[in-house]
Amino acid sequence: MLKYISLLLITAIALVSCSKLVPPEPAPEEVLAGTVPGLTQAQEKEHLVGDAFFGKVFGTADGLGPVFVQTTCSNCHVGNGKGHPSTMVTRFGNNQGSAFDYLNNKGGAQLQPRAIAGYVPEYLPSEANVITRRLAPIVMGLGYIAALSDQSILANADSADLNGDGISGRPCYVDPSSFFIPQSFHIPNNGKYIGRFGKKAEKVTLLDQVVFALKQDIGITSDFDPQDIFNPLSGNFTGDQVADPEVSSYVVNSLVFYMRTLKAPERRNAEDPDVKEGEKLFGQIGCESCHKPDHVTAVSDIEALSNKTFHPFSDFLLHDMGPALDDGYPEGGAASNEWRTPALWGLGLAETTQGGKMFLLHDGRATGIEQALSFHGGESQNARNAFFTLSETQRKQVIKFLMSL
Amino acid sequence: MKKTLLYFVYSLLPTAYCLLPTSSYSQQDSSSSSQNAIYNRPFISLGKTNTAVGGYLEGNTNYFSEDGVTEGFSMELRRFNIFLYSRIHERIKFISELEFEHGTEEIALETALLDFEFHPAFNLRAGILLPQIGLVNANHDSPKWDFVERPISSTAIIPTTLSEVGVGFHGKFFSNAGTVAYDVYLMNGLQDGIILNEEGRTHLASGKNPEMFGEDNNGVPMFNARLAFSNSKLGEIGLSWYGGVYNSFRLDGVEVDAKRKLSLTAFDLSTAIRKLKIQGELAFVKIQVPEGLEELYGTNQYGAFLELGHPILKKKMLGFEDAQLSVHLRAEKADFNQGTFVFDGSKIGDEVSALSFGLSWRPLAGSVIRANYRYHWIYDFFGNPPAHLGGIQVGIATYF
Ligand code: HEC
Ligand code: HEC
Repeated sequence: MLKYISLLLITAIALVSCSKLVPPEPAPEEVLAGTVPGLTQAQEKEHLVGDAFFGKVFGTADGLGPVFVQTTCSNCHVGNGKGHPSTMVTRFGNNQGSAFDYLNNKGGAQLQPRAIAGYVPEYLPSEANVITRRLAPIVMGLGYIAALSDQSILANADSADLNGDGISGRPCYVDPSSFFIPQSFHIPNNGKYIGRFGKKAEKVTLLDQVVFALKQDIGITSDFDPQDIFNPLSGNFTGDQVADPEVSSYVVNSLVFYMRTLKAPERRNAEDPDVKEGEKLFGQIGCESCHKPDHVTAVSDIEALSNKTFHPFSDFLLHDMGPALDDGYPEGGAASNEWRTPALWGLGLAETTQGGKMFLLHDGRATGIEQALSFHGGESQNARNAFFTLSETQRKQVIKFLMSL
Repeated sequence: MKKTLLYFVYSLLPTAYCLLPTSSYSQQDSSSSSQNAIYNRPFISLGKTNTAVGGYLEGNTNYFSEDGVTEGFSMELRRFNIFLYSRIHERIKFISELEFEHGTEEIALETALLDFEFHPAFNLRAGILLPQIGLVNANHDSPKWDFVERPISSTAIIPTTLSEVGVGFHGKFFSNAGTVAYDVYLMNGLQDGIILNEEGRTHLASGKNPEMFGEDNNGVPMFNARLAFSNSKLGEIGLSWYGGVYNSFRLDGVEVDAKRKLSLTAFDLSTAIRKLKIQGELAFVKIQVPEGLEELYGTNQYGAFLELGHPILKKKMLGFEDAQLSVHLRAEKADFNQGTFVFDGSKIGDEVSALSFGLSWRPLAGSVIRANYRYHWIYDFFGNPPAHLGGIQVGIATYF
């Protein structure tokens, strides 16, 4: 009798006391999640609300589509990190030499290749003579980028290459959305504002990007843009029998808040001697001219984002990257050969969200860092050449440094 | 971690010590036949009248963590089910089951059916019934199982508990070699939500819809059949099928979409080697989805589980004459999308594997106190390094 009472007791105690039997939390620098330091409890809570919407899968009953690319933010921005090539978005247009037609009446500019049941998905029309693909970027640390002043972005610009280093980063001026409310640090230029989000810097704010993503990527209308997206070839106002707007401003604002408050990726092995050496070389060979390490935010309405130094390794400016990366697709204020320098933070964790491999550059064409560099041309030609003249050990050190980001 | 594991193993040692010769295991498991399961409940034999009321209750405590993220410790009253049985005539029986899940969060009439026995080999069944798919769906009462959770293949692949409005026949043929049991039913069937749902994957359970008890969504019934063979040596093996057109291709008589079919095939096994009880299920889904959605909503899925149970002590305990303590192990896997990526032909992830082990103590055959440890490896769609979910559940379930 005592035997099995004690057996049951011991087992029960073992079960209850073994919180260690449950999977441990990975170290914060190993994951692409978590909030910027210094948020209030109320802000932490708001972040979690946004997190849930970011992971929400939209179904037919929620107003998905009628045409769409994916069903949730997190299918593309996998674990807040870089996306997988299978979820790339496709944009298309017709280049007529002197003019560029985004083929809006044929389903352009962005292709929605999927549709809800009984509806016709979009396909590439025969007129599309330019097709470009975009891999989803990491969405960590965006709050810091959003909190930069226009002035600090302009401080790095050198449109006419006055310093003669071959690099002429220029700000991308775009028309703001109808719901854009400028903050004190936004500086208008003939009614246009500096775009800082998107691969060609065509979005001024995170709000613009989120409203766009909901509609163009998932087919979800919101208070900010209540008009559903239809396949124009199958007829407007047909297909998705869910009342618009399909999500309220609450959902949109929570998503924006989530984007603003995801922390910047933390570094790993930053003190490793090879990493330190690589970092030095990264500066010496001119990578830093575009991939600028240090920035300081302006005063922000989120205290934890005010006057903060952060290290994205980008200047948020457009650069001519040469013919190999020219996608033939002008967008917003950017020419077809121009790309906004991407932040390099989180690069070392790319494989953890891209299916165990690495897919770099705007369309994931490079499966490693060296390959990504082999495509660097135009303004980055000199830095690229300098990289490939480094010794093998030095190249490894640069790569090791990049993998520590 | 190592230390805790050691401690856990140590805690099982007294169990080993207790491995004394015990009497036969047979009476413990009376649940093996899926077909009879609804009548194989203690309350039915208790009553002296033609009508009996019974039910079961299941409550659990859970502590889970996914990669260090935990909601902490929580308790739930998962199920409170009431059965009403009536023997209208020696060969006409009525049985129903009303389920309250998580308090009154979900209330469902899981069963309400009539069985007319024309002959043991030929019974008419009509009403809200449990389709015979695999091992668990028609035999899912919590007190019969030794793990708190149902197997993944039985919930995320086979959508247990699936109950349907349907009509059909069932019966048994007896021979010296064993018993053959068959079930065939027509039913309204699962609906559109199988795809384009909030799960973001092909998920049969999302095709349930309260309206399916009122009318069919497309006017084409689904079909279910199971063929089982059992004898005292082999135990029972079953082969079952469920399927048909699932989408609303017709509205008000107007064709608005192409017809799309679903097919769910399952093999199940329930047997014993000496005192080792073995149960398992293997289920395959094949489904047609709209063009362009094949990658996102897999057209092929499978799931399987294998569960082993062994008594370690069977004797009078705490005044219960036939009490039994047993250990259990379950391995399971589900692949929600067996497809490949269009872009490079590599395999899509979207899989989960799990291992569980546990102890269960049954003071009576129909009452169980069980504790189990469960560990999941969860692979996302892209095959990234898996998320790990682990946790402990302690629960109680009993017929009344
Ligand atoms: C179909 C894939 C896809 C989905 C779904 C998607 N995104 Fe994106 N996202 C992208 C791509 C591709 C880009 C780059 C866009 C560009 O270059 O124009 C991007 C860019 C962004 C950016 C800007 C990042 C930067 O560094 O400039 C944000 C913020 C963002 N997405 C948020 C979201 C949110 C929030 C959702 C869900 C409402 C979402 N995305 C859904 C593919 C997706
Ligand atoms: C003239 C500006 C410029 C210079 C100089 C430059 N880059 Fe880049 N880099 C870019 C742009 C713009 C992209 C994005 C191109 C694209 O997506 O097609 C990029 C992309 C990358 C990527 C891939 C990032 C990703 O997430 O896909 C890596 C890695 C990288 N650069 C490293 C370097 C290194 C190392 C150097 C120095 C040898 C360097 N870059 C020099 C502008 C520059």
